[in-house]
Amino acid sequence: MPSTYTSSGHEELDILEERRQSGDLSHALRTFSPQPYKEKPPCSASDLSKRTLESQYLQYVFKEIATESSLSMEEVKEDARLLLEEMSQNLQLGFIRLMGYTLSKVFKRLYTNIYVNMEGLNMLQQAIQESPVILMPTHRSYIDFLIISYVLFTYDIPVPVIAAGLPLAGMKLVGEILRRSGAFFIRRSIGSDKLYWAVLSEYVKTIVRTGFAPLEFFVEGLRSRTLKSVPPKLGMMHMVLEPYFKGEVFDITLVPISISYDRVLEESLLAHELLGIPKPKETTKGLFKATKVLQEDYGCMHVNFGQPLSVRELCQGKINRSQYNLTPRDLPKVLSPDVQACVIWLAHLIVRIQEEGSYISPWSLMACVLLQCPTSTLTERGMVWSELKDRTLWLKKLALRFGAHLRWPEQVSDQNVLLSMVALHHSIVAHKGDRVCLVREEVPIRKHRLSAEEEVNRTAVAMLMLASYRNQSLHIFLRPAMLATVIQVTKSTQRDELFTFFCFLKEILSNEFIFVPGKSTQDFEEACFLMKDCGAILFSPEEVTVTEAGQEVVSFLCAFIQPFIRSYQVMLDFLTEHEIKNISEKELHLAVRSFVIKLILSGELQTYEALSSDIQKNILSALRTLGVLTKFRGSKDNEYQVDKAAVKRINDILYGKLPPQLLHRTPYAKL
Amino acid sequence: MKWNGWGYSDSRFLFNKKGQAEFTGKRYRLSGMIIPGLKDWMEGTFGASLQHKAPATPILNSTAVQPATINEAFVEEVKATTIPFSVEAEDRVFRAHGHCLHEIFALREGKIGRVPDMVVWPSCHSDVVKIVELASKHNVCLIPYGGGTSVSSALECPPEETRSIVSLDTSQMNRILWIDEKNLTAHVEAGIVGQDLERLLNESGYCTGHEPDSMEFSSLGGWVATRASGMKKNIYGNIEDLVVHVKMVTPRGVIEKSCQGPRMSTGPDVHHFIMGSEGTLGVVTEVTLKIRPMPEYQKYGSVVFPNFEQGVACLREVAKQVCAKSLSCFFWHALKPQVSSIFTSFLDGLKKFYITKFKGFDPNRLCVATLLFEGDREKVLQHEKQVYDIAAKFGGLAAGEDNGQRGYMLTFVIAYLRDLGMEYYVIGESFETSVPWDRVLDICRNVKARIIRECKDKGVQFPPLSTCRVTQTYDAGACVYFYFAFNYRGLSDPIHMFEQVEHAAREEILANGGSLSHHHGVGKLRKEWMRETVSDVGLGMLKSVKDYVDPNNIFGNRNLL
Repeated sequence: MPSTYTSSGHEELDILEERRQSGDLSHALRTFSPQPYKEKPPCSASDLSKRTLESQYLQYVFKEIATESSLSMEEVKEDARLLLEEMSQNLQLGFIRLMGYTLSKVFKRLYTNIYVNMEGLNMLQQAIQESPVILMPTHRSYIDFLIISYVLFTYDIPVPVIAAGLPLAGMKLVGEILRRSGAFFIRRSIGSDKLYWAVLSEYVKTIVRTGFAPLEFFVEGLRSRTLKSVPPKLGMMHMVLEPYFKGEVFDITLVPISISYDRVLEESLLAHELLGIPKPKETTKGLFKATKVLQEDYGCMHVNFGQPLSVRELCQGKINRSQYNLTPRDLPKVLSPDVQACVIWLAHLIVRIQEEGSYISPWSLMACVLLQCPTSTLTERGMVWSELKDRTLWLKKLALRFGAHLRWPEQVSDQNVLLSMVALHHSIVAHKGDRVCLVREEVPIRKHRLSAEEEVNRTAVAMLMLASYRNQSLHIFLRPAMLATVIQVTKSTQRDELFTFFCFLKEILSNEFIFVPGKSTQDFEEACFLMKDCGAILFSPEEVTVTEAGQEVVSFLCAFIQPFIRSYQVMLDFLTEHEIKNISEKELHLAVRSFVIKLILSGELQTYEALSSDIQKNILSALRTLGVLTKFRGSKDNEYQVDKAAVKRINDILYGKLPPQLLHRTPYAKL
Repeated sequence: MKWNGWGYSDSRFLFNKKGQAEFTGKRYRLSGMIIPGLKDWMEGTFGASLQHKAPATPILNSTAVQPATINEAFVEEVKATTIPFSVEAEDRVFRAHGHCLHEIFALREGKIGRVPDMVVWPSCHSDVVKIVELASKHNVCLIPYGGGTSVSSALECPPEETRSIVSLDTSQMNRILWIDEKNLTAHVEAGIVGQDLERLLNESGYCTGHEPDSMEFSSLGGWVATRASGMKKNIYGNIEDLVVHVKMVTPRGVIEKSCQGPRMSTGPDVHHFIMGSEGTLGVVTEVTLKIRPMPEYQKYGSVVFPNFEQGVACLREVAKQVCAKSLSCFFWHALKPQVSSIFTSFLDGLKKFYITKFKGFDPNRLCVATLLFEGDREKVLQHEKQVYDIAAKFGGLAAGEDNGQRGYMLTFVIAYLRDLGMEYYVIGESFETSVPWDRVLDICRNVKARIIRECKDKGVQFPPLSTCRVTQTYDAGACVYFYFAFNYRGLSDPIHMFEQVEHAAREEILANGGSLSHHHGVGKLRKEWMRETVSDVGLGMLKSVKDYVDPNNIFGNRNLL
């Protein structure tokens, strides 16, 4: 493939190209003299910790904690110092070089190309000199951790400090290398540990205030198990923004970064996790085991640096900054509603921008098509190649119409493009004769026969992997697909009726997909516009009608989103039919699983995605925000209280048996 | 006095035939001197060029002035009192403006809006009482006029005013009525101008120590009406600390206290309705002020800091300690882009000096504080040592008495510089705020950056001058001045654009915890922010005072509320 790649007028450069032509060592040892942030003189990693610990804010918090507990100020301070020690990064150029050298080797083995948009990189270079920069990449793979630092190092841009999960720090050697490459470590469940929150937030804010280095964090919090966007975590987002709200910096620049993979390193691990097989603990040994993974080809990777966004401009009119005028700014304070709303809005906006900026491979479109074929066909005879090809090419047109960034190699025949995709994803599909069928895990030799349930699981792993790749193009089709579903369920042409149902659907699915709060009308209109643009519907201020030619699009879109809708219906069925008192979350998931497996075995349900613990969790939290389900933390187990009538009502609406009504959502929990 | 610029007609900056900058006249230490660095500074900072001039309309064209709206009955009765008055265009135009950029810019272009219809010159308190009575009787609008140095659009005639507008010029009420040496107070007529007051008191061996930058022209009454502040306030106090007694004539009658007790617990202090009333309630006619024997000893000084942050930290420390009490200081931000850099020798010397002592500092980040110590010799020397010791802890180096003195001298000629700028397409303004200590650095950075960003967004070709200095220190905060100027060649409506940027800068100040004004006042320029500044109830309180004191809005300059 060519080393530069032009897509919709933007130049993409393959950074591996140069690495393949010149030595990795000289790359690692190159002169690195980036233009830093102009405002402040540089400070060292230890200065940073010192400033954090001595900050006025932490003194207030120490005093509070000392008063509440029986500890002395000194003891609290010592605790904080230890937390900071566990947390803090120790960015050193030498280790960046080491990392650079190692990654050059690893990346060349794993990927054929790593494309980076130079325009975005240039804008970033500018932005870094102007104000503190927050790098906000998507999180789909462990690779995400270091790729940004690697790219920035290569292009002489200050390397970031990176928020990472604490388990990584526990890995022998690797933890320390990461720390010295700029990673700082955050505990997974902080809960209500006041001291921890305070130390973390002051540490992060000090980094932003001093412009120590660009700060990188994953706004989605966790690595996405499903390859679709995860609802953003707000705590970190708020910490990062607060220095602007309080006037401690003039502006902050947010840079959304979309990292797209042709094939994700962890694909099968993810599917297993979703089915309830827990994730292995992150150990150095585990990492070396994973070196087997390194023998494989993972195709292309795309790092798309988004347009730098000025927090000042984004928050114009949304935040009253003078709210901090009457108390010391260091005083711990409850967030005001406007700040909360703004943080929530901004976090969602960033995720949406990440989605828009991500690149879709032909394989994702193939996954969409494959998933619309009956599972039994896929597992047994397979889908006819020519049909797969035709449908995929049809979908390509639609995706482009909907504005997708499609990475479709030019100068290669469509046939070869698709064949190469099948080859790349040999772990999921296999080409047999003129058909393509699903590859399922091999049955261990010692087992003669699998139980029916195990058979379901075996298929589910492959199906969930496929679904994950479909999810890569979810954001392209989501809004039109919701509209198509609304049209299909309501059988109405009245625009306001459709809109009401659309909003209902959005509420139900708000944990599943990313919607920017307060933008229902825009979402609906965008859906209408796209559907009209591709000739699927006609619309007037009052009416929306599907055209003759649009039937194909509408039915594709309905089928596209159907697995989600079906999974929700099944889960809601379960909740209306079963008692779930005094049950742990894990037990609840097990119960749902066996319920779903029964339905699949009986042939009533074709949607393997209903087995995904992710979807189950999302439904539960959606129901919680709607106030239909409450979770109490009991002595040992969680206690759920379900308003069955309400659940049934929601389900009836979803089935189209009842007209939609507006749902009352409880406001977002405190950040 | 100039009719369309700052100060004395004989004193101004100009480029002589050789293209060298020169300050004319004989009044100032700088007068008659060549300032070699000024040309380069103008060209370098603003991209201005001597080839591109924007000359002012040389003389006032009286036909451009609206004919006076005369209230005949009022004029007749004024005539009967023998108080002098005038309806000449020149007299009226002169009293129709302060020194906001937009006011001076319009005059230079020969554009004249609503002006007073008549000027009266009372010569004592009872004259004022008569005029206010007559104005009330005939429903005439009165606008008190002191030194005319307002920078808040306070003297602008409200264009919507249909009544006859009479400018009440207090300049003839300029006597010291008595000096009380036992209590160290002086009773003075409010029209006296700062420098005359100080000169006359000095003759008797006293001073007030109130020295605002405008003291050559601004009047005592004006100080009271705007809550003025002087550069030596750390030693002598602001106007509210100096005033012992005030007499003000209002449409309701005369307001004053019954005694001269140094402090009273008699409900809210009525002086505080008067101070800062900005001519909306009445005319201040007589003031009793504290006076002090002239200082035995005066010493200038200056300190250079490696950067602004260290300098501010030092000032904060000095303010914490007693030594600030005999010290007044001006603190300049970065030297390079500063107005002070017109004194190249001053600057270069400092830079060399600093760099030779401290290697590795960025000369562009250096900044200087100028100091003035006053009091008895022993105390001054002791405090001076204390201050330099503190400064040393923050990387500050003493940079000599001369530099300190030059810094003070600059204060009085800065205003003349703007006129020079306007000759060459450069417009500028300064504005101030007060802010708690912990926000000083943040507000400076953010406001400066906001100005630069706004200019960029609005298409100003050359980057603007956007800088600041700390001019006053308090226990709980400081007064910060911002300077903003740019080259407006190629812009169709520079004043409108300028005002938008200034507006944005003020919004930024307020958002960063700064006040609406430290001492310039509100006038009409900043009154849109009064409600959020003092709260609904606060504004209501002020309004009800106005409604009681002046129900017919005789003092109709529409400032403040």
